[in-house]
Amino acid sequence: MNDLSPRATPAVPARPEPAPPIGLLAELTHRCPLRCPYCSNPLELDRRESELDTATWMRVLSEAAAIGVLHVHLSGGEPTARADLVDLTAHCARVGLYTNLITSGIGRADAMLDALSDAGLDHVQLSLQGAHAQTADRIGGYAGGHDKKLAFARRVVELGLPLTVNAVIHRGNIDEVADMIDLAVALKAKRLEIAHTQYYGWAFVNRAALMPTRAEVERSLAIVEAARQRLEGVLVIDLVIPDYYARFPKACTGGWGRRTLNVTPTGKVLPCHAAESIPGLEFWNVRDHALGDIWRQGPAFNAFRGTDWMQEPCRSCARKEMDFGGCRCQAMALLGDAAATDPACTLSPFHGRMEDRAAGEAAAEAPSYQYRAMGGGAAAGPGGAL
Amino acid sequence: MSALAAEDVPRLPRGVKVRYDEVRSRHVLLAPERAFDIDEIAAAILELVDGHTSVAAIADVLAARFEAPRDVVCADVQAMLGDLAAKRVIER
Repeated sequence: MNDLSPRATPAVPARPEPAPPIGLLAELTHRCPLRCPYCSNPLELDRRESELDTATWMRVLSEAAAIGVLHVHLSGGEPTARADLVDLTAHCARVGLYTNLITSGIGRADAMLDALSDAGLDHVQLSLQGAHAQTADRIGGYAGGHDKKLAFARRVVELGLPLTVNAVIHRGNIDEVADMIDLAVALKAKRLEIAHTQYYGWAFVNRAALMPTRAEVERSLAIVEAARQRLEGVLVIDLVIPDYYARFPKACTGGWGRRTLNVTPTGKVLPCHAAESIPGLEFWNVRDHALGDIWRQGPAFNAFRGTDWMQEPCRSCARKEMDFGGCRCQAMALLGDAAATDPACTLSPFHGRMEDRAAGEAAAEAPSYQYRAMGGGAAAGPGGAL
Repeated sequence: MSALAAEDVPRLPRGVKVRYDEVRSRHVLLAPERAFDIDEIAAAILELVDGHTSVAAIADVLAARFEAPRDVVCADVQAMLGDLAAKRVIER
Protein backbone atom coordinates (compact mmCIF):
# COMPACT_ATOMS: atom_id res chain seq x y z
CA MET A 1 0.00 0.00 0.00
CA ASN A 2 2.84 2.38 0.79
CA ASP A 3 4.09 2.02 -2.78
CA LEU A 4 1.08 4.04 -3.82
CA SER A 5 1.84 7.02 -1.63
CA PRO A 6 5.47 8.01 -2.15
CA ARG A 7 5.51 10.80 0.40
CA ALA A 8 8.05 11.83 2.97
CA THR A 9 7.63 9.96 6.24
CA PRO A 10 6.05 12.24 8.83
CA ALA A 11 8.04 12.95 11.96
CA VAL A 12 5.32 11.66 14.26
CA PRO A 13 4.08 8.12 13.70
CA ALA A 14 0.93 8.54 11.62
CA ARG A 15 -2.23 6.62 12.34
CA PRO A 16 -2.65 3.68 9.98
CA GLU A 17 -3.86 4.60 6.52
CA PRO A 18 -7.62 3.95 6.30
CA ALA A 19 -8.85 1.48 3.68
CA PRO A 20 -10.28 3.21 0.62
CA PRO A 21 -13.97 4.20 0.76
CA ILE A 22 -16.43 2.19 -1.32
CA GLY A 23 -19.42 4.53 -1.47
CA LEU A 24 -20.11 8.24 -1.79
CA LEU A 25 -23.45 9.85 -1.05
CA ALA A 26 -23.65 12.99 -3.18
CA GLU A 27 -26.30 15.23 -1.66
CA LEU A 28 -26.52 17.42 -4.72
CA THR A 29 -29.23 19.70 -3.37
CA HIS A 30 -31.63 20.01 -0.46
CA ARG A 31 -34.43 21.23 -2.75
CA CYS A 32 -37.30 18.72 -2.97
CA PRO A 33 -40.98 18.90 -3.92
CA LEU A 34 -41.90 16.46 -1.14
CA ARG A 35 -42.12 17.41 2.54
CA CYS A 36 -41.71 14.02 4.25
CA PRO A 37 -41.70 14.40 8.04
CA TYR A 38 -38.93 11.76 8.36
CA CYS A 39 -36.50 13.41 5.94
CA SER A 40 -32.89 12.65 6.84
CA ASN A 41 -31.70 16.08 5.73
CA PRO A 42 -30.70 18.49 8.49
CA LEU A 43 -33.28 20.91 9.91
CA GLU A 44 -31.20 23.76 8.53
CA LEU A 45 -31.50 23.12 4.78
CA ASP A 46 -28.89 24.48 2.34
CA ARG A 47 -30.24 26.99 -0.17
CA ARG A 48 -29.73 26.89 -3.93
CA GLU A 49 -27.30 29.88 -3.95
CA SER A 50 -24.86 28.04 -1.71
CA GLU A 51 -24.75 24.78 -3.74
CA LEU A 52 -21.54 23.56 -5.38
CA ASP A 53 -21.26 24.30 -9.10
CA THR A 54 -21.02 21.69 -11.85
CA ALA A 55 -17.25 21.90 -12.30
CA THR A 56 -16.62 21.33 -8.59
CA TRP A 57 -18.92 18.31 -8.48
CA MET A 58 -17.13 16.84 -11.50
CA ARG A 59 -13.77 17.27 -9.81
CA VAL A 60 -15.08 15.65 -6.63
CA LEU A 61 -16.49 12.69 -8.58
CA SER A 62 -13.18 12.21 -10.42
CA GLU A 63 -11.34 12.28 -7.10
CA ALA A 64 -13.80 9.79 -5.66
CA ALA A 65 -13.12 7.30 -8.45
CA ALA A 66 -9.37 7.77 -8.04
CA ILE A 67 -9.42 6.97 -4.30
CA GLY A 68 -11.45 3.79 -4.74
CA VAL A 69 -15.12 4.74 -4.52
CA LEU A 70 -17.21 2.22 -6.48
CA HIS A 71 -20.81 3.39 -5.99
CA VAL A 72 -22.03 6.96 -6.15
CA HIS A 73 -25.49 7.68 -4.80
CA LEU A 74 -26.91 10.76 -6.52
CA SER A 75 -29.22 12.06 -3.87
CA GLY A 76 -30.60 15.15 -2.19
CA GLY A 77 -33.20 16.48 -1.59
CA GLU A 78 -34.46 15.62 -5.02
CA PRO A 79 -31.36 15.30 -7.23
CA THR A 80 -33.23 16.02 -10.46
CA ALA A 81 -33.81 19.54 -9.13
CA ARG A 82 -30.23 20.08 -10.37
CA ALA A 83 -30.35 20.97 -14.08
CA ASP A 84 -26.82 19.53 -14.53
CA LEU A 85 -27.70 16.03 -13.27
CA VAL A 86 -27.42 14.46 -16.73
CA ASP A 87 -23.92 15.91 -17.16
CA LEU A 88 -22.87 14.72 -13.71
CA THR A 89 -24.21 11.22 -14.43
CA ALA A 90 -22.32 11.08 -17.73
CA HIS A 91 -19.20 12.20 -15.90
CA CYS A 92 -19.57 9.36 -13.38
CA ALA A 93 -19.87 6.87 -16.23
CA ARG A 94 -16.72 8.29 -17.84
CA VAL A 95 -14.64 7.87 -14.69
CA GLY A 96 -16.00 4.37 -13.96
CA LEU A 97 -18.33 5.11 -11.07
CA TYR A 98 -21.50 3.06 -10.63
CA THR A 99 -24.42 5.50 -10.40
CA ASN A 100 -27.48 5.09 -8.23
CA LEU A 101 -30.19 7.74 -8.56
CA ILE A 102 -32.08 8.20 -5.29
CA THR A 103 -35.23 10.01 -6.32
CA SER A 104 -38.78 10.91 -5.35
CA GLY A 105 -39.80 10.45 -9.00
CA ILE A 106 -41.53 13.84 -8.83
CA GLY A 107 -40.69 17.28 -10.21
CA ARG A 108 -38.23 17.13 -13.08
CA ALA A 109 -37.46 13.42 -12.54
CA ASP A 110 -39.78 12.06 -15.19
CA ALA A 111 -38.73 14.56 -17.86
CA MET A 112 -35.05 13.86 -17.18
CA LEU A 113 -35.19 10.08 -16.94
CA ASP A 114 -34.57 9.14 -20.58
CA ALA A 115 -31.56 11.45 -20.79
CA LEU A 116 -30.19 10.02 -17.54
CA SER A 117 -30.55 6.52 -18.94
CA ASP A 118 -28.69 7.54 -22.11
CA ALA A 119 -25.98 9.13 -19.98
CA GLY A 120 -25.24 5.72 -18.47
CA LEU A 121 -27.23 5.69 -15.25
CA ASP A 122 -26.91 2.24 -13.63
CA HIS A 123 -29.75 2.01 -11.12
CA VAL A 124 -32.79 3.87 -9.83
CA GLN A 125 -34.02 3.89 -6.25
CA LEU A 126 -37.50 5.34 -6.02
CA SER A 127 -39.11 6.34 -2.73
CA LEU A 128 -42.72 5.46 -2.03
CA GLN A 129 -44.40 6.93 1.04
CA GLY A 130 -47.14 4.29 1.18
CA ALA A 131 -48.76 1.55 -0.88
CA HIS A 132 -51.87 3.63 -1.56
CA ALA A 133 -52.22 7.16 -2.88
CA GLN A 134 -54.23 8.51 0.02
CA THR A 135 -51.67 7.46 2.64
CA ALA A 136 -48.65 8.25 0.53
CA ASP A 137 -49.71 11.74 -0.49
CA ARG A 138 -50.56 12.70 3.06
CA ILE A 139 -47.14 11.58 4.29
CA GLY A 140 -45.22 13.22 1.45
CA GLY A 141 -47.29 16.38 1.72
CA TYR A 142 -47.82 16.46 -2.06
CA ALA A 143 -51.20 15.82 -3.68
CA GLY A 144 -51.03 13.54 -6.70
CA GLY A 145 -47.46 12.50 -5.96
CA HIS A 146 -48.09 8.77 -5.61
CA ASP A 147 -49.58 8.36 -9.08
CA LYS A 148 -46.67 10.28 -10.62
CA LYS A 149 -44.29 7.93 -8.83
CA LEU A 150 -46.01 4.86 -10.25
CA ALA A 151 -45.79 6.28 -13.79
CA PHE A 152 -42.11 7.05 -13.20
CA ALA A 153 -41.46 3.51 -11.96
CA ARG A 154 -43.03 2.04 -15.09
CA ARG A 155 -40.81 4.18 -17.31
CA VAL A 156 -37.70 3.08 -15.36
CA VAL A 157 -38.54 -0.55 -16.06
CA GLU A 158 -39.42 0.16 -19.72
CA LEU A 159 -35.96 1.64 -20.17
CA GLY A 160 -34.44 -1.58 -18.84
CA LEU A 161 -33.01 0.10 -15.75
CA PRO A 162 -33.02 -1.91 -12.52
CA LEU A 163 -35.52 -0.48 -10.03
CA THR A 164 -35.38 -0.51 -6.26
CA VAL A 165 -38.36 0.71 -4.28
CA ASN A 166 -37.51 2.33 -0.97
CA ALA A 167 -40.24 2.58 1.63
CA VAL A 168 -39.59 4.30 4.93
CA ILE A 169 -41.83 2.61 7.48
CA HIS A 170 -43.48 4.25 10.51
CA ARG A 171 -46.77 4.19 12.36
CA GLY A 172 -48.52 6.01 9.51
CA ASN A 173 -47.90 3.24 6.95
CA ILE A 174 -46.74 0.16 8.88
CA ASP A 175 -50.08 -1.54 8.10
CA GLU A 176 -49.26 -1.29 4.39
CA VAL A 177 -46.05 -3.37 4.41
CA ALA A 178 -47.72 -6.37 2.78
CA ASP A 179 -49.32 -4.15 0.12
CA MET A 180 -45.98 -2.43 -0.44
CA ILE A 181 -44.39 -5.80 -1.19
CA ASP A 182 -47.17 -6.63 -3.68
CA LEU A 183 -46.80 -3.20 -5.27
CA ALA A 184 -43.03 -3.64 -5.68
CA VAL A 185 -43.61 -6.97 -7.43
CA ALA A 186 -46.31 -5.44 -9.66
CA LEU A 187 -43.95 -2.60 -10.60
CA LYS A 188 -41.29 -5.22 -11.50
CA ALA A 189 -38.81 -3.83 -9.00
CA LYS A 190 -35.90 -6.15 -8.30
CA ARG A 191 -35.28 -4.86 -4.82
CA LEU A 192 -37.42 -3.43 -2.07
CA GLU A 193 -36.04 -1.66 0.94
CA ILE A 194 -38.34 -1.84 3.92
CA ALA A 195 -36.56 0.79 5.95
CA HIS A 196 -37.93 1.39 9.40
CA THR A 197 -37.50 5.06 10.24
CA GLN A 198 -34.16 6.09 11.67
CA TYR A 199 -34.64 9.00 14.02
CA TYR A 200 -32.33 11.78 12.79
CA GLY A 201 -33.01 15.18 11.25
CA TRP A 202 -36.71 15.72 10.66
CA ALA A 203 -37.56 12.21 11.87
CA PHE A 204 -36.13 13.01 15.32
CA VAL A 205 -38.36 16.10 15.52
CA ASN A 206 -41.35 14.00 14.45
CA ARG A 207 -40.50 10.88 16.43
CA ALA A 208 -43.71 10.75 18.46
CA ALA A 209 -45.73 11.06 15.25
CA LEU A 210 -43.77 8.24 13.61
CA MET A 211 -42.98 5.65 16.28
CA PRO A 212 -44.85 2.35 15.86
CA THR A 213 -45.57 -0.08 18.69
CA ARG A 214 -43.41 -3.14 19.24
CA ALA A 215 -46.33 -5.37 18.24
CA GLU A 216 -46.72 -3.49 14.94
CA VAL A 217 -42.99 -3.77 14.32
CA GLU A 218 -42.94 -7.50 14.99
CA ARG A 219 -45.91 -8.06 12.71
CA SER A 220 -44.19 -6.15 9.90
CA LEU A 221 -40.96 -8.12 10.35
CA ALA A 222 -42.85 -11.41 10.12
CA ILE A 223 -44.54 -10.27 6.90
CA VAL A 224 -41.15 -9.42 5.40
CA GLU A 225 -39.63 -12.73 6.46
CA ALA A 226 -42.46 -14.74 4.88
CA ALA A 227 -42.30 -12.66 1.69
CA ARG A 228 -38.54 -13.14 1.39
CA GLN A 229 -39.00 -16.89 1.20
CA ARG A 230 -42.02 -16.73 -1.09
CA LEU A 231 -40.33 -14.28 -3.48
CA GLU A 232 -36.81 -15.70 -3.70
CA GLY A 233 -35.48 -15.00 -7.17
CA VAL A 234 -38.29 -12.48 -7.81
CA LEU A 235 -37.75 -9.69 -5.32
CA VAL A 236 -34.88 -9.10 -2.92
CA ILE A 237 -36.13 -7.42 0.26
CA ASP A 238 -33.63 -5.52 2.36
CA LEU A 239 -34.73 -4.64 5.83
CA VAL A 240 -33.58 -1.77 8.00
CA ILE A 241 -34.64 -2.71 11.49
CA PRO A 242 -36.10 -0.15 13.90
CA ASP A 243 -33.29 0.34 16.36
CA TYR A 244 -35.36 1.68 19.26
CA TYR A 245 -36.63 -1.90 19.56
CA ALA A 246 -33.36 -3.64 18.63
CA ARG A 247 -31.07 -5.84 20.75
CA PHE A 248 -27.85 -4.64 19.20
CA PRO A 249 -27.16 -1.38 17.39
CA LYS A 250 -26.60 -1.10 13.67
CA ALA A 251 -23.03 -0.77 12.44
CA CYS A 252 -23.87 2.72 11.28
CA THR A 253 -22.46 3.37 7.78
CA GLY A 254 -20.40 0.19 8.29
CA GLY A 255 -18.31 1.98 10.90
CA TRP A 256 -17.30 5.63 11.09
CA GLY A 257 -14.86 6.57 8.32
CA ARG A 258 -14.51 2.97 7.18
CA ARG A 259 -16.60 2.65 4.03
CA THR A 260 -18.48 5.74 2.97
CA LEU A 261 -18.42 9.49 2.77
CA ASN A 262 -21.12 12.05 2.24
CA VAL A 263 -20.76 15.37 0.43
CA THR A 264 -23.38 18.01 1.29
CA PRO A 265 -24.86 20.47 -1.24
CA THR A 266 -22.37 23.11 -0.10
CA GLY A 267 -19.36 20.78 -0.25
CA LYS A 268 -18.84 19.76 3.35
CA VAL A 269 -17.64 16.16 3.61
CA LEU A 270 -19.26 14.16 6.39
CA PRO A 271 -18.71 10.60 7.64
CA CYS A 272 -22.51 10.19 7.64
CA HIS A 273 -25.45 12.37 6.70
CA ALA A 274 -26.28 13.30 10.29
CA ALA A 275 -22.72 13.99 11.48
CA GLU A 276 -23.28 17.74 11.65
CA SER A 277 -25.56 17.09 14.63
CA ILE A 278 -22.44 16.35 16.68
CA PRO A 279 -21.08 19.63 18.10
CA GLY A 280 -17.38 20.37 17.86
CA LEU A 281 -16.54 18.25 14.83
CA GLU A 282 -14.49 19.99 12.14
CA PHE A 283 -15.72 19.18 8.63
CA TRP A 284 -13.43 19.93 5.72
CA ASN A 285 -14.95 21.21 2.49
CA VAL A 286 -14.18 20.03 -1.05
CA ARG A 287 -13.73 23.71 -1.98
CA ASP A 288 -10.59 23.74 0.19
CA HIS A 289 -9.27 20.16 0.19
CA ALA A 290 -8.87 17.16 -2.10
CA LEU A 291 -11.32 14.38 -1.29
CA GLY A 292 -8.53 11.87 -0.57
CA ASP A 293 -6.96 14.22 1.97
CA ILE A 294 -10.31 14.69 3.66
CA TRP A 295 -10.83 10.92 3.84
CA ARG A 296 -7.39 10.28 5.31
CA GLN A 297 -6.78 13.36 7.42
CA GLY A 298 -10.07 15.19 7.91
CA PRO A 299 -10.54 15.75 11.66
CA ALA A 300 -14.20 14.65 11.59
CA PHE A 301 -13.27 11.35 9.91
CA ASN A 302 -10.58 10.58 12.46
CA ALA A 303 -12.73 11.58 15.45
CA PHE A 304 -14.44 8.18 15.75
CA ARG A 305 -12.43 6.02 13.36
CA GLY A 306 -11.32 2.66 14.73
CA THR A 307 -12.02 1.74 18.35
CA ASP A 308 -9.64 3.90 20.42
CA TRP A 309 -12.35 6.47 21.20
CA MET A 310 -14.63 3.90 22.82
CA GLN A 311 -15.80 3.91 26.42
CA GLU A 312 -17.23 0.99 28.36
CA PRO A 313 -19.20 -1.15 27.69
CA CYS A 314 -17.96 -0.90 24.06
CA ARG A 315 -14.25 -0.88 24.84
CA SER A 316 -14.14 -4.45 26.19
CA CYS A 317 -17.02 -5.77 24.07
CA ALA A 318 -16.56 -8.74 21.74
CA ARG A 319 -18.83 -7.04 19.21
CA LYS A 320 -16.88 -3.80 18.98
CA GLU A 321 -15.50 -4.60 15.52
CA MET A 322 -18.95 -5.77 14.37
CA ASP A 323 -21.13 -2.78 15.20
CA PHE A 324 -18.48 -0.19 16.13
CA GLY A 325 -20.53 0.97 19.10
CA GLY A 326 -23.53 1.73 16.91
CA CYS A 327 -24.37 5.24 15.85
CA ARG A 328 -22.45 8.29 17.14
CA CYS A 329 -25.22 10.69 16.13
CA GLN A 330 -27.83 8.68 18.03
CA ALA A 331 -25.63 8.60 21.15
CA MET A 332 -25.32 12.38 20.83
CA ALA A 333 -29.01 13.01 20.23
CA LEU A 334 -30.25 10.78 23.04
CA LEU A 335 -27.48 10.97 25.63
CA GLY A 336 -25.62 14.17 24.81
CA ASP A 337 -22.34 12.20 24.46
CA ALA A 338 -21.22 11.19 20.96
CA ALA A 339 -18.68 8.72 22.39
CA ALA A 340 -21.23 6.80 24.46
CA THR A 341 -22.52 3.37 23.53
CA ASP A 342 -25.51 3.76 21.22
CA PRO A 343 -28.50 3.23 23.55
CA ALA A 344 -30.01 0.97 20.87
CA CYS A 345 -27.65 -1.65 22.36
CA THR A 346 -29.04 -3.78 25.19
CA LEU A 347 -25.62 -3.46 26.84
CA SER A 348 -26.09 0.30 27.19
CA PRO A 349 -27.31 1.28 30.67
CA PHE A 350 -29.80 3.60 28.92
CA HIS A 351 -31.37 0.99 26.65
CA GLY A 352 -34.36 0.46 28.91
CA ARG A 353 -35.14 4.15 28.88
CA MET A 354 -34.97 4.17 25.09
CA GLU A 355 -37.42 1.29 24.83
CA ASP A 356 -39.73 2.92 27.36
CA ARG A 357 -39.66 6.20 25.46
CA ALA A 358 -40.50 4.44 22.20
CA ALA A 359 -43.30 2.45 23.78
CA GLY A 360 -44.71 5.56 25.46
CA GLU A 361 -44.70 7.60 22.27
CA ALA A 362 -46.19 4.75 20.23
CA ALA A 363 -49.00 4.25 22.75
CA ALA A 364 -49.97 7.94 22.85
CA GLU A 365 -52.07 9.59 20.19
CA ALA A 366 -49.87 10.69 17.28
CA PRO A 367 -49.23 14.45 17.16
CA SER A 368 -49.50 16.09 13.74
CA TYR A 369 -46.43 16.15 11.49
CA GLN A 370 -43.99 19.02 11.34
CA TYR A 371 -43.46 18.83 7.61
CA ARG A 372 -39.98 19.41 6.18
CA ALA A 373 -39.54 22.98 4.94
CA MET A 374 -36.77 25.42 4.01
CA GLY A 375 -36.19 27.73 6.95
CA GLY A 376 -39.15 26.01 8.55
CA GLY A 377 -37.91 26.52 12.07
CA ALA A 378 -38.87 23.04 13.26
CA ALA A 379 -38.23 22.36 16.89
CA ALA A 380 -37.69 19.05 18.61
CA GLY A 381 -40.68 17.98 20.63
CA PRO A 382 -40.50 18.00 24.41
CA GLY A 383 -37.99 15.44 25.66
CA GLY A 384 -36.48 14.13 22.43
CA ALA A 385 -33.41 13.08 24.43
CA LEU A 386 -33.48 10.41 27.14
CA MET B 1 -30.95 -21.73 -3.44
CA SER B 2 -31.36 -23.45 -6.77
CA ALA B 3 -28.43 -24.04 -9.10
CA LEU B 4 -28.81 -23.09 -12.74
CA ALA B 5 -29.45 -25.92 -15.21
CA ALA B 6 -26.67 -26.79 -17.65
CA GLU B 7 -28.75 -25.58 -20.57
CA ASP B 8 -29.65 -22.22 -18.98
CA VAL B 9 -28.21 -19.15 -20.70
CA PRO B 10 -27.26 -16.59 -18.06
CA ARG B 11 -26.85 -12.90 -18.69
CA LEU B 12 -25.77 -9.85 -16.76
CA PRO B 13 -28.71 -7.44 -16.81
CA ARG B 14 -28.32 -3.70 -17.00
CA GLY B 15 -27.06 -2.36 -13.71
CA VAL B 16 -24.69 -5.26 -13.10
CA LYS B 17 -21.08 -5.02 -14.18
CA VAL B 18 -17.77 -6.67 -13.58
CA ARG B 19 -14.84 -4.36 -13.49
CA TYR B 20 -11.24 -4.39 -12.46
CA ASP B 21 -10.70 -2.23 -9.40
CA GLU B 22 -7.32 -0.55 -9.87
CA VAL B 23 -7.18 0.81 -6.32
CA ARG B 24 -7.62 -2.62 -4.69
CA SER B 25 -6.06 -4.68 -7.49
CA ARG B 26 -8.92 -7.14 -7.83
CA HIS B 27 -12.13 -7.74 -9.74
CA VAL B 28 -15.43 -6.52 -8.34
CA LEU B 29 -19.00 -7.29 -9.34
CA LEU B 30 -21.09 -4.15 -9.04
CA ALA B 31 -24.85 -4.37 -8.65
CA PRO B 32 -27.55 -2.14 -7.14
CA GLU B 33 -26.47 -1.32 -3.57
CA ARG B 34 -24.04 -4.22 -3.64
CA ALA B 35 -20.40 -4.78 -4.45
CA PHE B 36 -19.03 -8.32 -4.39
CA ASP B 37 -15.33 -9.08 -4.23
CA ILE B 38 -14.77 -11.82 -6.72
CA ASP B 39 -11.83 -14.14 -7.10
CA GLU B 40 -10.17 -15.05 -10.37
CA ILE B 41 -12.35 -18.11 -10.90
CA ALA B 42 -15.56 -16.13 -10.46
CA ALA B 43 -14.22 -13.38 -12.72
CA ALA B 44 -13.38 -16.01 -15.36
CA ILE B 45 -16.92 -17.41 -15.15
CA LEU B 46 -18.58 -13.99 -15.34
CA GLU B 47 -16.38 -12.98 -18.27
CA LEU B 48 -18.10 -15.74 -20.25
CA VAL B 49 -21.61 -14.70 -19.22
CA ASP B 50 -22.78 -12.86 -22.34
CA GLY B 51 -26.45 -13.74 -22.80
CA HIS B 52 -25.60 -16.24 -25.56
CA THR B 53 -23.39 -18.88 -23.97
CA SER B 54 -25.02 -21.65 -21.94
CA VAL B 55 -23.83 -22.82 -18.54
CA ALA B 56 -22.63 -26.07 -20.17
CA ALA B 57 -20.63 -24.18 -22.78
CA ILE B 58 -19.09 -21.96 -20.10
CA ALA B 59 -18.06 -25.08 -18.20
CA ASP B 60 -16.50 -26.57 -21.36
CA VAL B 61 -14.33 -23.49 -21.87
CA LEU B 62 -13.21 -23.35 -18.23
CA ALA B 63 -12.57 -27.10 -17.93
CA ALA B 64 -10.28 -26.88 -20.94
CA ARG B 65 -8.56 -23.71 -19.75
CA PHE B 66 -7.89 -24.95 -16.21
CA GLU B 67 -7.46 -28.62 -17.20
CA ALA B 68 -10.01 -29.57 -14.55
CA PRO B 69 -12.67 -32.33 -14.53
CA ARG B 70 -15.57 -31.01 -16.56
CA ASP B 71 -18.30 -32.35 -14.21
CA VAL B 72 -16.78 -30.64 -11.20
CA VAL B 73 -16.37 -27.37 -13.09
CA CYS B 74 -19.93 -27.50 -14.37
CA ALA B 75 -21.33 -28.07 -10.86
CA ASP B 76 -19.28 -25.13 -9.54
CA VAL B 77 -20.48 -22.85 -12.33
CA GLN B 78 -24.10 -23.89 -11.77
CA ALA B 79 -23.88 -23.27 -8.03
CA MET B 80 -22.13 -19.91 -8.30
CA LEU B 81 -24.46 -18.55 -10.97
CA GLY B 82 -27.48 -19.99 -9.15
CA ASP B 83 -26.47 -18.07 -6.06
CA LEU B 84 -26.20 -14.83 -8.05
CA ALA B 85 -29.55 -15.53 -9.76
CA ALA B 86 -31.28 -15.93 -6.38
CA LYS B 87 -29.85 -12.55 -5.39
CA ARG B 88 -31.29 -11.18 -8.65
CA VAL B 89 -27.82 -10.17 -9.79
CA ILE B 90 -27.83 -12.32 -12.94
CA GLU B 91 -30.76 -13.46 -15.03
CA ARG B 92 -31.39 -16.56 -17.09
